Amino acid sequence: MFPALIPLIPFVSALLLMLGWKRLSRIAVTVIGCGSIGLSAFVAVLIAIQFAAGGEQAIVQHAGNWVEAGGFKTGFDLRMDALSVVFVGVITIVGFLIHVYASGYMHEEPDYARFFACMNLFVGAMLTLVMADNLLLLYFGWEGVGLCSYLLIGFWYKDPANNYAARKAFIVTRVGDTAMAIALFMLFQFTGTLRIPEILQSSTHIWSKGDPVITWIALLLLGGAVGKSAQLPLQTWLPDAMAGPTPVSALIHAATMVTAGVYLIARTHTLFELAPDAQITTAVIGAITLVLAGFSALVQTDIKRVLAYSTVSQIGYMFLALGCGAWSAAVFHFVTHAFFKALLFMAAGAVIVALHHEQDLFKMGGLKKQLKGIYWVFLVGCASLAAIPFVTAGFYSKDQIIWLSLSAAGGHTAFWLAALLGALLTGMYTFRLFFLVFYGDLKTHVHHRPGNSMMIPLYILALLSTIAGFIELPHTLGHVTLFSNWLLPVLPAVSVLHDSVAMEWTSQALSAVLALSGIGVAYAWVVWRPKGMSDFLEMPALLWLRGFWSRGWDFDKLYNILLVYPFVYLSRMNKKDLIDKLYTSLAALMQWCHNVLARTQSGLLRWYILGVVLGAVAILSVLIWRIYI
Amino acid sequence: MILLVLILILFFAALLSWIVGVKSHAGSRWIALCSLLLNLGIVTGVWVNHPAGTGRWWYQYRVDWVPHFGISLHLAMDGLSMLMLALTFFLGALSVLISWKEINSRVGFFHFNLLFVLCGITGVFLTMDLFLFYFFWEMMLIPMYFLIGIWGHEHREYAANKFFLFTQAGGLLMLLAILGLYFVHAANTNVYTFDYFDLLNTPMDPAMARWLMLGFLVAFLVKLPAVPFHTWLPDAHTEAPTAGSVVLAGLLLKTGAYGILRFVLPLFPAAAADIAPVAMLLGVIGILYGGMLAYAQTDFKRLIAYTSVSHMGFVLLGAFAFNEIAYQGVVMQMITHGISTGALFIIAGALYERIHTRNIRQMGGLWLRLPMMGSAAMIFVMASLGLPGLGNFVAEFLVLLGSWQANHLLTVLATIGLVVATAYSLRIMQKVFFGPCDRQYNMPDLSGRELVIIIALVIVICWLGFHPQPVLNTSQQNIDYVVR
Repeated sequence: MFPALIPLIPFVSALLLMLGWKRLSRIAVTVIGCGSIGLSAFVAVLIAIQFAAGGEQAIVQHAGNWVEAGGFKTGFDLRMDALSVVFVGVITIVGFLIHVYASGYMHEEPDYARFFACMNLFVGAMLTLVMADNLLLLYFGWEGVGLCSYLLIGFWYKDPANNYAARKAFIVTRVGDTAMAIALFMLFQFTGTLRIPEILQSSTHIWSKGDPVITWIALLLLGGAVGKSAQLPLQTWLPDAMAGPTPVSALIHAATMVTAGVYLIARTHTLFELAPDAQITTAVIGAITLVLAGFSALVQTDIKRVLAYSTVSQIGYMFLALGCGAWSAAVFHFVTHAFFKALLFMAAGAVIVALHHEQDLFKMGGLKKQLKGIYWVFLVGCASLAAIPFVTAGFYSKDQIIWLSLSAAGGHTAFWLAALLGALLTGMYTFRLFFLVFYGDLKTHVHHRPGNSMMIPLYILALLSTIAGFIELPHTLGHVTLFSNWLLPVLPAVSVLHDSVAMEWTSQALSAVLALSGIGVAYAWVVWRPKGMSDFLEMPALLWLRGFWSRGWDFDKLYNILLVYPFVYLSRMNKKDLIDKLYTSLAALMQWCHNVLARTQSGLLRWYILGVVLGAVAILSVLIWRIYI
Repeated sequence: MILLVLILILFFAALLSWIVGVKSHAGSRWIALCSLLLNLGIVTGVWVNHPAGTGRWWYQYRVDWVPHFGISLHLAMDGLSMLMLALTFFLGALSVLISWKEINSRVGFFHFNLLFVLCGITGVFLTMDLFLFYFFWEMMLIPMYFLIGIWGHEHREYAANKFFLFTQAGGLLMLLAILGLYFVHAANTNVYTFDYFDLLNTPMDPAMARWLMLGFLVAFLVKLPAVPFHTWLPDAHTEAPTAGSVVLAGLLLKTGAYGILRFVLPLFPAAAADIAPVAMLLGVIGILYGGMLAYAQTDFKRLIAYTSVSHMGFVLLGAFAFNEIAYQGVVMQMITHGISTGALFIIAGALYERIHTRNIRQMGGLWLRLPMMGSAAMIFVMASLGLPGLGNFVAEFLVLLGSWQANHLLTVLATIGLVVATAYSLRIMQKVFFGPCDRQYNMPDLSGRELVIIIALVIVICWLGFHPQPVLNTSQQNIDYVVR
């Protein structure tokens, strides 16, 4: 089996859909669109089995040369190792489920083929990203997913707001990509290659720990990662990206693409280990982002924006884990998050469709009886996101991060407190959403119930959101380390400083209590005492604060004032090009001289005589002056 | 001999299509198209089976012309010339095709001018005699002046005059520099010659070398164009007919880049190295300033014209980085920019034929009616912002990777240019093809002829993006001569 097949199948199907958009029937589009991802998932599983059985470090396939110039050489080299297997597995399997769901969700869409073409292109690019053996190919996938994200956010192109959101997403992430490109230049300058294994291997010889060069490189890579993964300070694009169709939000803006930054840092973890400053920065960014986004999620009124901020916040957990050196914990949270967040987005999509494209939480309510199946899968997803102890996957992955943010070598009490605060916030915003949608009075009539193609993926993901946690259990609770053992050849084990069972129990109990009390607060707020709570929340000071959080802490405003407005203003001012003025004024000056001189040629004899006389006087004066003085 | 044939085919085809054009428009078009395809075939044939082991110069042809003054008809082809010629004939053929419906007045004379420009460009890319080079350099100018001035849009005369004056002023400086070099060489060696190979390694004192180098450089910077000599370009590109814009952006600008690589760097290596930081700075200013101007434009063709200023900044940056990676990127950029910008001009032209406006404020939502044209525009817009998988990415990445070794700060600034490129490129899609459709345009999507043109361009840009190695290998042979 060739690893190259895994990304190639989605690429080929995307090409087929693009070329045959007019001629293919809906069924053909569905079969090509979903079937190719299913096939790709099948091939991925086969190769994963082959890899697991083979016991090699990695399966690498060289699928051709790409660019070779002056000592710089890269090829289309694809790599399957423990880390890529995890990512490929999640991308293809979750991707397949989302595609199946989308075939139901987008059923009435006239541009059905274009939708699946872009989705398949995305899966292909994402797979290239996580399978790339060199950083240039990774960059290829990296930009490719950015393009697809752009195309799909702006899928309904007639609404300028969607295009604006799409453009914003592309440009903001491109800022991060630019940083990453510079990191590539630096890596090539010092290591003479862009092949990831060679870079990682030679990095420890070239740089000592804390060398400014490697710190810069790691920080620039981090810049790329925060752009793609919507972390501070480049997080502003993700909430707006919800303008795209809901399956897109599930696939690209929750499960896969936005975790590319996590992948990048995990993949280049050796470089981050050499740059402790960059690693601390990663953790700080993660900690701050998870709290800020948590507060923003708390006050959103659009169901998808709650989930978007929640995604930002959960990726903040992953960055925190990476910053603490808990590499496999970050990847573990990526896996569980992909399951439950895809589930939540798609369940939310089903609710939105059921209510005739209503996204406002305050126009929902009382749907528990109306949408039975959705209610249950939604509950499973919310429980996992809020990390309800013992039964959910989210508990095991998040709990590990919370504990390691204190106990790992890179941990700190402040990180731990931030993570705990995040746990409380997560419980609150998740169940606020849940109660608002399913409890209370029925506000909008249900007009459409999701069919099987939408429900079956939801059931499967609900199952996965529950059982996926059991592959890695803390040693206070069963001590299973299947997942971290699997990743051990690629990602080193975390070094734990405070290895105390009592403290671990305390941390776990605390996070569980906080998550549950978050749910309690949400219950009081929405179901039990909505009146009292809303009176409290209407206080002027709180009102302002809520607005501030809901606008995402006004980062958009800040960037508009600092960057966007000046750029747009300057370029508008200079639309006619100041430099051209130089040349046109030169031409105007010539024209003016011409006019002045032309007027002397008036045809009037007395003017000519006057001219001659004045000239003679001037010459004589000069002569006299020169001779006598 | 084959090199002379390339030039002569175009020369006689130009005359013939003028004569035939009096009677038959179609005949004139076919003659032009066939002559260009024939040349393209010859060059491709040469590329595929060029004589191996003959070293850097694949073909040479030399006949004395005015031996008394050391002027000869000296043509030579190496990898760089070959690539430029392939681009010339490819875009030339597309220019004829794109004018098939657009040009209906004085058809014969139009094709005469078009072929004559291409003939001049071919000469520029092949000549190894500086006198002859100047001759061809000026020869490109006059038919181009007519193309803009006769078949252009509303302000065509202003644009044509501006174009002429700028290029002529630059050309004059180059003529002085050529004569200076001629006499300096004679003073030092007692041999009066305009021959490129004899003039290489002319000993001269650094101050003189700097002035002569500047004479050449300014002429090429005007053509490239580099800020602050770029202001002729937006007017000329905007007012020219589509074929004129394609030839201008795709080929004429490349003669400036070619001149830097072929003459400035090899003839005056030391002086060029001295001025490298300034030249690289000009390149970076071009990238950012051009991008910013492009962002502000509301005229579709003017917007694309300013993106050329931005993209050619990479050429200047890379050419003066003095290393192989950047140099390879420059050659790639010359080709890919020709393809991608040419394609965008073709799309703008096709759109103008349908809605009779270039104002992007009056467009919007055109994807609904023109999905194929929109997809094509998307591909070339993505090429223009440097998306991996398309040729421009390889070019810009190599330029930046190479210039990083030469100058960190300027490379960082140039990389920021990629963000600006994203801003102006996406603005094209947003304003033209996306958004609400206010007007009820009833128009056909790409016709069969247009589809052929676009598909050819798409194939080439993707090929250059995924498999640039043939091009890189071909241009690689000159490097030792340019990068010292």
